[in-house]
Amino acid sequence: MIVVVCVKQIPDPADPGALDPETRTLKRDVKLILDESDSYGVEMGLQLVDAAGEGEVRLVSMVPNNEVSGLRTALAMGAESAVLVSDEALAGSDALATAKVLAAAIRRCEPDLILTGTESSDGYTGTVPVQVAELMGLPSVTFAKEIAVADGVATVKRQTEDGYDEIECSLPAVVSVTAGVVEPRYPSFKGIMAAKNKPVDEVDLAGLGIDSSTVGWAGAGQEITDIAEAPAREAGEVIIDEGDAHERIMAFLDDLKVL
Amino acid sequence: MGLSKIWIYGEAREGVVATTTLELLAKARSLADTVDVVVQGDASPLAADLGAHGASSVLSVGDLGEGLPGPRVASAIAGAVSTGTGPDVVLCGTTYDGRDVAGRLSAKLDAPVITNVVDLVVDGDRLLGVEPVFGGTTDVTTGFTGAGTAIFLVRPKSFAAEDAGGAPATVGAIETGDLGNTAGAVVKNRFVEESSGPKLDEASIVVAGGRGIGDAEKYEMIETLATLLKGAPGASRAVVDSGWVPYSYQVGQTGKVVKPAVYLACGISGATQHLVGMKGSQNIIAINKDEEAPIFGVADLGIVGDVHKVLPKLIEALKAR
Repeated sequence: MIVVVCVKQIPDPADPGALDPETRTLKRDVKLILDESDSYGVEMGLQLVDAAGEGEVRLVSMVPNNEVSGLRTALAMGAESAVLVSDEALAGSDALATAKVLAAAIRRCEPDLILTGTESSDGYTGTVPVQVAELMGLPSVTFAKEIAVADGVATVKRQTEDGYDEIECSLPAVVSVTAGVVEPRYPSFKGIMAAKNKPVDEVDLAGLGIDSSTVGWAGAGQEITDIAEAPAREAGEVIIDEGDAHERIMAFLDDLKVL
Repeated sequence: MGLSKIWIYGEAREGVVATTTLELLAKARSLADTVDVVVQGDASPLAADLGAHGASSVLSVGDLGEGLPGPRVASAIAGAVSTGTGPDVVLCGTTYDGRDVAGRLSAKLDAPVITNVVDLVVDGDRLLGVEPVFGGTTDVTTGFTGAGTAIFLVRPKSFAAEDAGGAPATVGAIETGDLGNTAGAVVKNRFVEESSGPKLDEASIVVAGGRGIGDAEKYEMIETLATLLKGAPGASRAVVDSGWVPYSYQVGQTGKVVKPAVYLACGISGATQHLVGMKGSQNIIAINKDEEAPIFGVADLGIVGDVHKVLPKLIEALKAR
Protein backbone atom coordinates (compact mmCIF):
# COMPACT_ATOMS: atom_id res chain seq x y z
CA MET A 1 0.00 0.00 0.00
CA ILE A 2 1.38 3.36 -1.02
CA VAL A 3 0.37 6.14 1.35
CA VAL A 4 1.21 9.67 0.27
CA VAL A 5 1.37 12.19 3.09
CA CYS A 6 1.29 15.88 2.19
CA VAL A 7 3.57 17.85 4.49
CA LYS A 8 4.32 21.54 4.79
CA GLN A 9 7.52 23.17 5.96
CA ILE A 10 6.67 26.33 7.87
CA PRO A 11 8.38 29.02 9.93
CA ASP A 12 8.62 27.87 13.56
CA PRO A 13 5.27 28.89 15.14
CA ALA A 14 7.12 29.42 18.45
CA ASP A 15 8.85 32.44 16.92
CA PRO A 16 6.72 35.53 16.60
CA GLY A 17 5.71 35.85 12.94
CA ALA A 18 5.76 39.04 10.93
CA LEU A 19 4.24 40.24 7.70
CA ASP A 20 6.57 41.18 4.87
CA PRO A 21 5.68 44.85 4.17
CA GLU A 22 6.26 44.37 0.45
CA THR A 23 4.28 41.18 -0.21
CA ARG A 24 1.97 41.61 2.80
CA THR A 25 2.20 37.90 3.53
CA LEU A 26 3.93 35.92 6.27
CA LYS A 27 7.72 36.22 6.19
CA ARG A 28 9.13 32.85 5.25
CA ASP A 29 12.81 33.69 4.83
CA VAL A 30 13.51 32.03 8.18
CA LYS A 31 14.41 28.45 9.05
CA LEU A 32 11.55 26.15 8.12
CA ILE A 33 10.43 23.15 10.17
CA LEU A 34 7.93 20.34 9.67
CA ASP A 35 4.45 21.63 10.52
CA GLU A 36 3.46 19.76 13.68
CA SER A 37 -0.07 19.36 12.24
CA ASP A 38 1.44 17.20 9.51
CA SER A 39 3.32 14.93 11.89
CA TYR A 40 -0.02 13.28 12.74
CA GLY A 41 -0.56 12.39 9.07
CA VAL A 42 2.95 10.97 8.85
CA GLU A 43 2.41 8.88 11.99
CA MET A 44 -1.01 7.69 10.78
CA GLY A 45 0.50 6.72 7.42
CA LEU A 46 3.32 4.75 9.07
CA GLN A 47 0.83 2.91 11.28
CA LEU A 48 -1.38 2.01 8.30
CA VAL A 49 1.59 0.67 6.34
CA ASP A 50 2.64 -1.34 9.41
CA ALA A 51 -0.88 -2.74 9.74
CA ALA A 52 -0.99 -3.63 6.03
CA GLY A 53 2.32 -5.43 6.35
CA GLU A 54 3.53 -4.00 3.05
CA GLY A 55 3.98 -0.71 1.25
CA GLU A 56 5.49 2.61 2.23
CA VAL A 57 4.88 6.24 3.09
CA ARG A 58 5.89 8.81 0.48
CA LEU A 59 5.95 12.51 1.22
CA VAL A 60 4.82 15.31 -1.06
CA SER A 61 5.71 18.92 -0.31
CA MET A 62 6.29 22.23 -2.04
CA VAL A 63 8.53 25.23 -1.38
CA PRO A 64 9.81 28.23 -3.36
CA ASN A 65 13.40 27.38 -2.37
CA ASN A 66 14.88 23.90 -2.03
CA GLU A 67 14.40 23.70 1.74
CA VAL A 68 14.36 20.10 3.00
CA SER A 69 14.90 20.27 6.77
CA GLY A 70 11.24 19.64 7.57
CA LEU A 71 11.11 16.79 5.07
CA ARG A 72 14.14 15.19 6.71
CA THR A 73 12.23 15.14 10.00
CA ALA A 74 9.39 13.19 8.41
CA LEU A 75 11.82 10.89 6.62
CA ALA A 76 13.54 10.28 9.96
CA MET A 77 10.17 9.24 11.40
CA GLY A 78 10.02 6.50 8.79
CA ALA A 79 8.75 7.79 5.45
CA GLU A 80 10.65 6.16 2.56
CA SER A 81 10.95 8.95 0.04
CA ALA A 82 9.75 12.41 -0.88
CA VAL A 83 8.71 14.42 -3.90
CA LEU A 84 9.62 18.06 -3.35
CA VAL A 85 8.20 20.58 -5.76
CA SER A 86 10.65 23.44 -5.59
CA ASP A 87 10.32 26.52 -7.77
CA GLU A 88 10.78 30.24 -7.14
CA ALA A 89 7.51 30.88 -8.94
CA LEU A 90 5.65 29.11 -6.10
CA ALA A 91 6.16 32.04 -3.71
CA GLY A 92 2.81 33.68 -2.93
CA SER A 93 0.72 30.66 -3.93
CA ASP A 94 -2.79 30.60 -2.48
CA ALA A 95 -4.52 27.43 -1.28
CA LEU A 96 -5.97 26.54 -4.69
CA ALA A 97 -2.62 26.94 -6.47
CA THR A 98 -1.04 24.85 -3.72
CA ALA A 99 -3.63 22.15 -4.27
CA LYS A 100 -2.96 22.13 -8.03
CA VAL A 101 0.76 21.65 -7.50
CA LEU A 102 0.30 18.99 -4.81
CA ALA A 103 -2.25 17.11 -6.95
CA ALA A 104 0.22 16.98 -9.85
CA ALA A 105 2.99 15.74 -7.58
CA ILE A 106 0.73 13.17 -5.87
CA ARG A 107 -0.22 11.66 -9.25
CA ARG A 108 3.44 10.75 -9.78
CA CYS A 109 3.32 8.60 -6.64
CA GLU A 110 0.28 6.50 -7.67
CA PRO A 111 -1.01 6.31 -4.10
CA ASP A 112 -3.71 4.14 -2.60
CA LEU A 113 -4.36 6.73 0.07
CA ILE A 114 -3.47 10.41 0.49
CA LEU A 115 -3.19 11.81 4.02
CA THR A 116 -2.97 15.46 5.03
CA GLY A 117 -3.25 17.53 8.18
CA THR A 118 -6.53 19.32 8.82
CA GLU A 119 -4.94 22.70 8.20
CA SER A 120 -1.46 24.17 8.30
CA SER A 121 -0.29 26.05 11.37
CA ASP A 122 0.74 29.15 9.39
CA GLY A 123 -1.94 29.70 6.75
CA TYR A 124 -4.73 27.58 8.29
CA THR A 125 -7.12 27.84 5.34
CA GLY A 126 -8.11 24.19 5.83
CA THR A 127 -9.26 23.92 2.21
CA VAL A 128 -6.24 22.28 0.54
CA PRO A 129 -7.15 18.62 1.29
CA VAL A 130 -10.59 18.93 -0.30
CA GLN A 131 -9.28 21.00 -3.21
CA VAL A 132 -6.71 18.29 -3.93
CA ALA A 133 -9.45 15.65 -3.81
CA GLU A 134 -11.69 17.56 -6.20
CA LEU A 135 -8.85 18.27 -8.63
CA MET A 136 -8.00 14.56 -8.66
CA GLY A 137 -11.66 13.49 -8.86
CA LEU A 138 -11.38 11.58 -5.60
CA PRO A 139 -13.57 11.17 -2.53
CA SER A 140 -12.41 12.84 0.68
CA VAL A 141 -13.00 12.50 4.38
CA THR A 142 -11.95 15.46 6.50
CA PHE A 143 -11.36 15.62 10.27
CA ALA A 144 -10.45 11.94 10.63
CA LYS A 145 -9.67 10.71 14.12
CA GLU A 146 -9.21 7.04 13.21
CA ILE A 147 -8.47 5.26 9.94
CA ALA A 148 -8.39 1.57 9.07
CA VAL A 149 -7.83 0.13 5.59
CA ALA A 150 -8.99 -3.30 4.43
CA ASP A 151 -9.84 -4.73 1.01
CA GLY A 152 -9.41 -1.44 -0.82
CA VAL A 153 -11.79 0.42 1.48
CA ALA A 154 -10.92 2.94 4.18
CA THR A 155 -13.07 3.04 7.29
CA VAL A 156 -12.76 6.44 8.89
CA LYS A 157 -14.11 7.94 12.07
CA ARG A 158 -14.86 11.54 11.20
CA GLN A 159 -15.21 14.16 13.93
CA THR A 160 -18.64 15.86 13.95
CA GLU A 161 -20.22 18.63 16.04
CA ASP A 162 -21.48 16.20 18.67
CA GLY A 163 -19.56 12.99 18.18
CA TYR A 164 -18.30 11.19 15.12
CA ASP A 165 -19.48 9.51 11.91
CA GLU A 166 -18.18 6.18 10.78
CA ILE A 167 -17.48 6.53 7.09
CA GLU A 168 -16.56 3.99 4.46
CA CYS A 169 -14.59 5.35 1.57
CA SER A 170 -13.41 3.80 -1.67
CA LEU A 171 -9.70 4.17 -2.45
CA PRO A 172 -7.79 6.08 -3.57
CA ALA A 173 -9.06 8.89 -1.38
CA VAL A 174 -7.87 11.98 0.45
CA VAL A 175 -8.22 11.85 4.23
CA SER A 176 -7.32 14.78 6.49
CA VAL A 177 -6.18 13.84 9.96
CA THR A 178 -7.12 15.78 13.09
CA ALA A 179 -4.25 16.77 15.41
CA GLY A 180 -3.76 14.79 18.60
CA VAL A 181 -5.36 11.53 17.45
CA VAL A 182 -2.08 9.61 17.28
CA GLU A 183 1.20 10.23 19.01
CA PRO A 184 3.82 11.15 16.40
CA ARG A 185 6.96 9.10 17.04
CA TYR A 186 10.23 10.85 17.77
CA PRO A 187 12.82 10.15 15.10
CA SER A 188 15.40 7.70 16.45
CA PHE A 189 19.11 8.32 15.94
CA LYS A 190 19.10 5.49 13.41
CA GLY A 191 16.13 7.11 11.68
CA ILE A 192 17.84 10.48 11.53
CA MET A 193 20.96 8.92 10.01
CA ALA A 194 18.94 6.89 7.51
CA ALA A 195 16.94 9.98 6.50
CA LYS A 196 20.05 11.64 5.14
CA ASN A 197 20.24 9.03 2.38
CA LYS A 198 16.56 8.66 1.58
CA PRO A 199 15.60 9.85 -1.91
CA VAL A 200 14.13 13.34 -2.27
CA ASP A 201 12.95 13.75 -5.84
CA GLU A 202 13.17 17.48 -6.49
CA VAL A 203 11.02 18.67 -9.36
CA ASP A 204 10.17 22.14 -10.68
CA LEU A 205 6.90 23.39 -12.15
CA ALA A 206 7.98 22.70 -15.71
CA GLY A 207 8.78 19.14 -14.67
CA LEU A 208 5.18 18.75 -13.47
CA GLY A 209 3.79 20.38 -16.60
CA ILE A 210 2.40 23.34 -14.67
CA ASP A 211 2.44 26.82 -16.20
CA SER A 212 4.20 29.04 -13.65
CA SER A 213 1.83 31.92 -14.41
CA THR A 214 -1.03 29.91 -12.82
CA VAL A 215 0.59 29.72 -9.38
CA GLY A 216 2.44 32.01 -6.96
CA TRP A 217 1.98 35.75 -7.06
CA ALA A 218 1.25 35.58 -10.78
CA GLY A 219 -1.65 33.17 -10.38
CA ALA A 220 -3.16 34.49 -7.16
CA GLY A 221 -6.82 35.33 -7.63
CA GLN A 222 -6.92 37.42 -4.49
CA GLU A 223 -5.17 40.52 -3.20
CA ILE A 224 -4.68 42.01 0.23
CA THR A 225 -6.25 45.45 0.24
CA ASP A 226 -5.56 46.48 3.80
CA ILE A 227 -3.64 45.54 6.93
CA ALA A 228 -4.69 47.26 10.13
CA GLU A 229 -4.12 46.92 13.83
CA ALA A 230 -7.17 45.33 15.43
CA PRO A 231 -8.84 47.14 18.33
CA ALA A 232 -7.03 45.94 21.45
CA ARG A 233 -8.81 44.51 24.45
CA GLU A 234 -7.79 46.27 27.62
CA ALA A 235 -6.11 44.27 30.32
CA GLY A 236 -7.70 44.40 33.77
CA GLU A 237 -6.31 43.78 37.19
CA VAL A 238 -3.54 41.24 37.73
CA ILE A 239 -2.95 39.95 41.27
CA ILE A 240 -0.48 37.49 42.76
CA ASP A 241 -2.05 34.52 44.50
CA GLU A 242 -1.44 34.68 48.25
CA GLY A 243 -3.61 31.65 48.91
CA ASP A 244 -6.87 33.57 48.58
CA ALA A 245 -7.17 33.95 44.81
CA HIS A 246 -10.22 31.68 44.76
CA GLU A 247 -12.05 34.23 46.90
CA ARG A 248 -11.28 36.94 44.35
CA ILE A 249 -12.64 34.73 41.59
CA MET A 250 -15.79 34.01 43.59
CA ALA A 251 -16.28 37.74 44.23
CA PHE A 252 -15.75 38.47 40.53
CA LEU A 253 -18.35 35.85 39.57
CA ASP A 254 -20.74 37.15 42.24
CA ASP A 255 -20.47 40.66 40.82
CA LEU A 256 -21.40 39.29 37.42
CA LYS A 257 -24.35 37.44 38.99
CA VAL A 258 -23.47 34.22 37.20
CA LEU A 259 -23.40 31.98 40.27
CA MET B 1 -18.63 41.04 -9.88
CA GLY B 2 -21.78 42.66 -8.62
CA LEU B 3 -23.53 42.02 -5.40
CA SER B 4 -27.01 41.24 -6.58
CA LYS B 5 -27.11 37.61 -5.50
CA ILE B 6 -25.54 35.81 -2.53
CA TRP B 7 -25.91 32.09 -1.87
CA ILE B 8 -25.32 30.63 1.56
CA TYR B 9 -24.57 26.97 2.21
CA GLY B 10 -27.22 26.29 4.82
CA GLU B 11 -26.75 23.74 7.55
CA ALA B 12 -29.48 22.23 9.68
CA ARG B 13 -29.85 19.47 12.22
CA GLU B 14 -33.06 17.56 12.75
CA GLY B 15 -35.04 20.17 10.86
CA VAL B 16 -33.61 23.12 12.79
CA VAL B 17 -31.46 25.68 10.99
CA ALA B 18 -27.93 25.96 12.44
CA THR B 19 -27.11 29.24 14.18
CA THR B 20 -24.11 29.70 11.89
CA THR B 21 -26.43 29.80 8.88
CA LEU B 22 -28.69 32.39 10.53
CA GLU B 23 -25.61 34.51 11.34
CA LEU B 24 -24.56 34.45 7.69
CA LEU B 25 -28.10 35.41 6.64
CA ALA B 26 -28.09 38.41 8.98
CA LYS B 27 -25.02 39.81 7.24
CA ALA B 28 -25.85 38.72 3.70
CA ARG B 29 -29.28 40.38 3.67
CA SER B 30 -27.59 43.72 4.36
CA LEU B 31 -25.24 43.23 1.41
CA ALA B 32 -27.28 41.90 -1.50
CA ASP B 33 -30.70 42.20 -3.10
CA THR B 34 -31.29 38.47 -3.13
CA VAL B 35 -30.04 35.91 -0.63
CA ASP B 36 -30.76 32.24 -1.24
CA VAL B 37 -29.81 29.26 0.89
CA VAL B 38 -28.63 25.96 -0.55
CA VAL B 39 -29.40 22.94 1.61
CA GLN B 40 -29.43 19.17 1.42
CA GLY B 41 -32.50 17.03 2.08
CA ASP B 42 -36.01 18.29 2.72
CA ALA B 43 -36.04 22.09 2.50
CA SER B 44 -39.66 22.75 3.49
CA PRO B 45 -39.27 22.51 7.29
CA LEU B 46 -36.52 25.15 7.05
CA ALA B 47 -38.35 27.64 4.81
CA ALA B 48 -40.12 29.63 7.54
CA ASP B 49 -37.04 30.18 9.68
CA LEU B 50 -34.74 30.92 6.74
CA GLY B 51 -37.30 33.35 5.27
CA ALA B 52 -37.73 35.12 8.60
CA HIS B 53 -33.98 35.68 8.66
CA GLY B 54 -33.89 37.13 5.17
CA ALA B 55 -33.67 34.29 2.66
CA SER B 56 -35.68 34.71 -0.56
CA SER B 57 -35.56 31.06 -1.42
CA VAL B 58 -34.20 27.77 -0.15
CA LEU B 59 -32.82 25.43 -2.78
CA SER B 60 -32.30 21.74 -2.06
CA VAL B 61 -29.70 19.60 -3.77
CA GLY B 62 -31.83 16.60 -2.88
CA ASP B 63 -31.47 13.80 -0.40
CA LEU B 64 -27.84 12.91 0.30
CA GLY B 65 -28.67 9.39 1.33
CA GLU B 66 -25.50 8.15 2.99
CA GLY B 67 -23.32 10.63 1.10
CA LEU B 68 -21.35 13.55 2.48
CA PRO B 69 -22.54 17.08 1.59
CA GLY B 70 -19.32 18.42 0.02
CA PRO B 71 -19.32 16.83 -3.46
CA ARG B 72 -23.06 17.13 -4.06
CA VAL B 73 -23.56 20.70 -2.84
CA ALA B 74 -20.45 21.94 -4.66
CA SER B 75 -21.57 20.20 -7.85
CA ALA B 76 -25.00 21.84 -7.65
CA ILE B 77 -23.65 25.34 -7.10
CA ALA B 78 -21.00 24.93 -9.82
CA GLY B 79 -23.72 23.70 -12.17
CA ALA B 80 -25.80 26.81 -11.53
CA VAL B 81 -22.77 29.03 -12.12
CA SER B 82 -22.05 27.33 -15.44
CA THR B 83 -25.60 27.93 -16.68
CA GLY B 84 -25.57 31.58 -15.59
CA THR B 85 -28.12 31.14 -12.79
CA GLY B 86 -25.53 31.04 -10.03
CA PRO B 87 -24.67 33.63 -7.43
CA ASP B 88 -22.04 36.38 -7.34
CA VAL B 89 -20.96 35.35 -3.86
CA VAL B 90 -21.05 32.05 -1.94
CA LEU B 91 -20.79 32.11 1.85
CA CYS B 92 -20.01 28.99 3.86
CA GLY B 93 -19.52 28.77 7.60
CA THR B 94 -16.14 27.49 8.81
CA THR B 95 -17.67 24.18 9.90
CA TYR B 96 -16.83 20.55 9.19
CA ASP B 97 -19.08 20.44 6.13
CA GLY B 98 -18.79 24.12 5.16
CA ARG B 99 -15.10 23.72 4.46
CA ASP B 100 -15.74 20.65 2.32
CA VAL B 101 -18.28 22.54 0.23
CA ALA B 102 -16.07 25.63 -0.18
CA GLY B 103 -12.96 23.62 -1.04
CA ARG B 104 -14.68 21.46 -3.65
CA LEU B 105 -16.50 24.43 -5.16
CA SER B 106 -13.23 26.35 -5.38
CA ALA B 107 -11.56 23.57 -7.37
CA LYS B 108 -14.61 23.16 -9.62
CA LEU B 109 -14.85 26.87 -10.45
CA ASP B 110 -11.08 27.45 -10.44
CA ALA B 111 -11.78 30.28 -7.99
CA PRO B 112 -9.89 30.87 -4.75
CA VAL B 113 -11.52 30.94 -1.32
CA ILE B 114 -11.02 33.71 1.20
CA THR B 115 -10.90 31.89 4.53
CA ASN B 116 -11.21 32.58 8.27
CA VAL B 117 -13.31 35.65 7.59
CA VAL B 118 -14.82 37.49 10.57
CA ASP B 119 -16.27 40.45 8.66
CA LEU B 120 -17.42 41.25 5.15
CA VAL B 121 -16.99 44.73 3.69
CA VAL B 122 -18.39 46.20 0.48
CA ASP B 123 -15.76 47.75 -1.78
CA GLY B 124 -17.43 49.21 -4.89
CA ASP B 125 -18.99 46.24 -6.65
CA ARG B 126 -17.01 43.61 -4.83
CA LEU B 127 -16.92 42.12 -1.36
CA LEU B 128 -13.83 42.00 0.85
CA GLY B 129 -13.16 39.57 3.70
CA VAL B 130 -11.49 40.57 6.96
CA GLU B 131 -9.30 37.92 8.58
CA PRO B 132 -7.64 38.30 11.99
CA VAL B 133 -3.99 37.17 12.17
CA PHE B 134 -1.34 37.06 14.90
CA GLY B 135 -3.86 36.29 17.60
CA GLY B 136 -6.29 38.92 16.47
CA THR B 137 -3.85 41.82 16.86
CA THR B 138 -3.89 42.48 13.13
CA ASP B 139 -6.75 42.48 10.64
CA VAL B 140 -5.96 41.57 7.04
CA THR B 141 -8.52 42.54 4.40
CA THR B 142 -8.56 40.55 1.18
CA GLY B 143 -10.53 40.79 -2.06
CA PHE B 144 -10.76 38.76 -5.25
CA THR B 145 -9.06 40.07 -8.36
CA GLY B 146 -11.00 37.95 -10.83
CA ALA B 147 -14.55 38.32 -12.10
CA GLY B 148 -15.68 34.84 -11.05
CA THR B 149 -17.79 33.67 -8.15
CA ALA B 150 -16.42 34.90 -4.84
CA ILE B 151 -16.25 32.18 -2.18
CA PHE B 152 -15.85 33.08 1.48
CA LEU B 153 -15.46 30.81 4.51
CA VAL B 154 -16.80 32.76 7.47
CA ARG B 155 -16.02 31.88 11.06
CA PRO B 156 -19.00 31.15 13.33
CA LYS B 157 -20.09 33.97 15.69
CA SER B 158 -18.83 36.67 13.33
CA PHE B 159 -22.30 38.16 13.06
CA ALA B 160 -25.36 38.15 15.31
CA ALA B 161 -28.31 36.12 14.06
CA GLU B 162 -31.45 38.25 13.97
CA ASP B 163 -35.00 37.55 12.88
CA ALA B 164 -35.96 40.16 10.25
CA GLY B 165 -39.60 39.13 10.11
CA GLY B 166 -39.43 38.03 6.46
CA ALA B 167 -41.98 35.81 4.76
CA PRO B 168 -41.20 32.09 4.42
CA ALA B 169 -38.58 31.36 1.76
CA THR B 170 -39.71 29.89 -1.54
CA VAL B 171 -38.76 26.22 -1.75
CA GLY B 172 -36.94 25.07 -4.86
CA ALA B 173 -34.42 22.54 -6.07
CA ILE B 174 -31.13 22.59 -7.93
CA GLU B 175 -29.63 19.87 -10.05
CA THR B 176 -26.38 18.16 -9.31
CA GLY B 177 -24.05 16.81 -11.97
CA ASP B 178 -22.36 13.41 -12.13
CA LEU B 179 -20.31 13.06 -8.96
CA GLY B 180 -18.18 10.18 -10.20
CA ASN B 181 -15.65 8.90 -7.68
CA THR B 182 -15.98 11.99 -5.52
CA ALA B 183 -19.12 10.45 -4.00
CA GLY B 184 -17.12 7.42 -2.84
CA ALA B 185 -17.37 8.28 0.87
CA VAL B 186 -20.55 7.11 2.62
CA VAL B 187 -21.70 7.45 6.22
CA LYS B 188 -22.32 4.02 7.76
CA ASN B 189 -23.05 5.04 11.34
CA ARG B 190 -23.42 8.20 13.37
CA PHE B 191 -22.29 8.30 16.97
CA VAL B 192 -23.35 11.02 19.35
CA GLU B 193 -21.07 11.52 22.34
CA GLU B 194 -23.38 12.49 25.16
CA SER B 195 -22.35 15.45 27.22
CA SER B 196 -24.50 16.60 30.07
CA GLY B 197 -23.74 20.33 30.07
CA PRO B 198 -24.16 23.07 27.48
CA LYS B 199 -22.25 22.99 24.21
CA LEU B 200 -18.87 24.69 24.14
CA ASP B 201 -19.83 27.35 21.61
CA GLU B 202 -23.19 28.06 23.26
CA ALA B 203 -22.28 27.97 26.96
CA SER B 204 -22.44 31.20 28.95
CA ILE B 205 -19.47 30.08 31.02
CA VAL B 206 -16.43 28.31 29.57
CA VAL B 207 -13.68 26.79 31.72
CA ALA B 208 -10.63 26.04 29.62
CA GLY B 209 -7.46 24.18 30.49
CA GLY B 210 -4.02 24.51 28.96
CA ARG B 211 -0.66 22.84 29.18
CA GLY B 212 -0.20 24.25 32.70
CA ILE B 213 -2.78 21.76 33.96
CA GLY B 214 0.03 19.22 33.82
CA ASP B 215 -1.47 15.97 32.60
CA ALA B 216 -4.61 14.30 31.29
CA GLU B 217 -5.82 13.16 34.73
CA LYS B 218 -5.61 16.63 36.21
CA TYR B 219 -7.77 17.93 33.37
CA GLU B 220 -10.64 16.48 35.42
CA MET B 221 -10.46 19.66 37.56
CA ILE B 222 -11.58 21.59 34.46
CA GLU B 223 -14.53 19.25 33.91
CA THR B 224 -15.53 19.51 37.58
CA LEU B 225 -15.35 23.29 37.54
CA ALA B 226 -17.36 23.48 34.33
CA THR B 227 -20.06 21.28 35.83
CA LEU B 228 -20.22 23.34 39.03
CA LEU B 229 -20.53 26.56 37.00
CA LYS B 230 -23.07 24.99 34.61
CA GLY B 231 -20.63 25.80 31.84
CA ALA B 232 -18.68 23.89 29.24
CA PRO B 233 -15.10 22.62 29.43
CA GLY B 234 -12.66 23.72 26.75
CA ALA B 235 -8.98 23.32 25.98
CA SER B 236 -6.03 24.91 24.28
CA ARG B 237 -4.50 23.37 21.19
CA ALA B 238 -1.54 22.05 23.19
CA VAL B 239 -3.90 19.98 25.34
CA VAL B 240 -5.80 18.64 22.32
CA ASP B 241 -2.58 17.86 20.44
CA SER B 242 -1.40 15.92 23.50
CA GLY B 243 -4.52 13.78 23.23
CA TRP B 244 -5.90 14.63 26.70
CA VAL B 245 -9.27 15.67 25.28
CA PRO B 246 -10.83 15.38 21.81
CA TYR B 247 -10.58 18.04 19.10
CA SER B 248 -14.16 19.13 19.81
CA TYR B 249 -12.88 20.75 23.04
CA GLN B 250 -10.45 23.02 21.24
CA VAL B 251 -10.85 26.79 21.51
CA GLY B 252 -8.84 28.93 19.12
CA GLN B 253 -7.87 29.60 15.57
CA THR B 254 -8.04 25.94 14.63
CA GLY B 255 -10.88 25.14 16.99
CA LYS B 256 -14.06 26.82 18.13
CA VAL B 257 -14.70 30.52 18.57
CA VAL B 258 -16.42 31.17 21.89
CA LYS B 259 -17.91 34.37 23.26
CA PRO B 260 -19.31 33.43 26.67
CA ALA B 261 -20.22 35.79 29.51
CA VAL B 262 -17.26 34.39 31.45
CA TYR B 263 -14.15 32.65 30.17
CA LEU B 264 -11.94 31.08 32.81
CA ALA B 265 -8.51 30.27 31.36
CA CYS B 266 -6.53 27.86 33.55
CA GLY B 267 -2.88 27.19 32.86
CA ILE B 268 -3.20 28.72 29.40
CA SER B 269 -0.38 31.03 28.37
CA GLY B 270 -2.40 32.68 25.62
CA ALA B 271 -0.69 31.74 22.38
CA THR B 272 -1.99 33.83 19.48
CA GLN B 273 -3.66 30.68 18.17
CA HIS B 274 -5.77 30.53 21.35
CA LEU B 275 -6.52 34.24 21.79
CA VAL B 276 -8.34 34.45 18.46
CA GLY B 277 -10.89 31.95 19.70
CA MET B 278 -11.77 33.57 23.03
CA LYS B 279 -10.86 37.25 22.95
CA GLY B 280 -14.47 38.17 22.27
CA SER B 281 -15.60 36.80 25.65
CA GLN B 282 -17.41 39.37 27.79
CA ASN B 283 -15.30 38.68 30.88
CA ILE B 284 -12.01 36.84 31.07
CA ILE B 285 -10.40 35.38 34.18
CA ALA B 286 -6.93 33.90 33.77
CA ILE B 287 -4.82 31.83 36.14
CA ASN B 288 -1.20 31.25 35.15
CA LYS B 289 2.13 30.80 36.89
CA ASP B 290 3.99 33.06 34.50
CA GLU B 291 3.22 36.73 35.11
CA GLU B 292 4.53 37.50 31.62
CA ALA B 293 1.96 35.19 29.98
CA PRO B 294 0.15 36.95 27.11
CA ILE B 295 -3.22 35.78 28.46
CA PHE B 296 -2.95 38.49 31.15
CA GLY B 297 -3.00 41.08 28.37
CA VAL B 298 -6.66 40.28 27.70
CA ALA B 299 -7.83 39.20 31.17
CA ASP B 300 -10.20 41.31 33.27
CA LEU B 301 -8.99 39.44 36.34
CA GLY B 302 -5.54 37.89 36.16
CA ILE B 303 -4.24 35.57 38.88
CA VAL B 304 -0.52 34.91 38.92
CA GLY B 305 -0.54 31.57 40.67
CA ASP B 306 -0.49 27.79 40.47
CA VAL B 307 -3.65 26.25 39.02
CA HIS B 308 -3.05 23.20 41.21
CA LYS B 309 -3.43 25.38 44.29
CA VAL B 310 -6.12 27.82 43.13
CA LEU B 311 -8.51 25.44 41.36
CA PRO B 312 -9.05 22.93 44.22
CA LYS B 313 -9.94 25.81 46.56
CA LEU B 314 -12.24 27.32 43.94
CA ILE B 315 -13.95 23.95 43.50
CA GLU B 316 -14.47 23.70 47.29
CA ALA B 317 -15.84 27.24 47.43
CA LEU B 318 -18.31 26.51 44.63
CA LYS B 319 -19.41 23.26 46.24
CA ALA B 320 -20.10 25.17 49.47
CA ARG B 321 -22.63 27.40 47.70
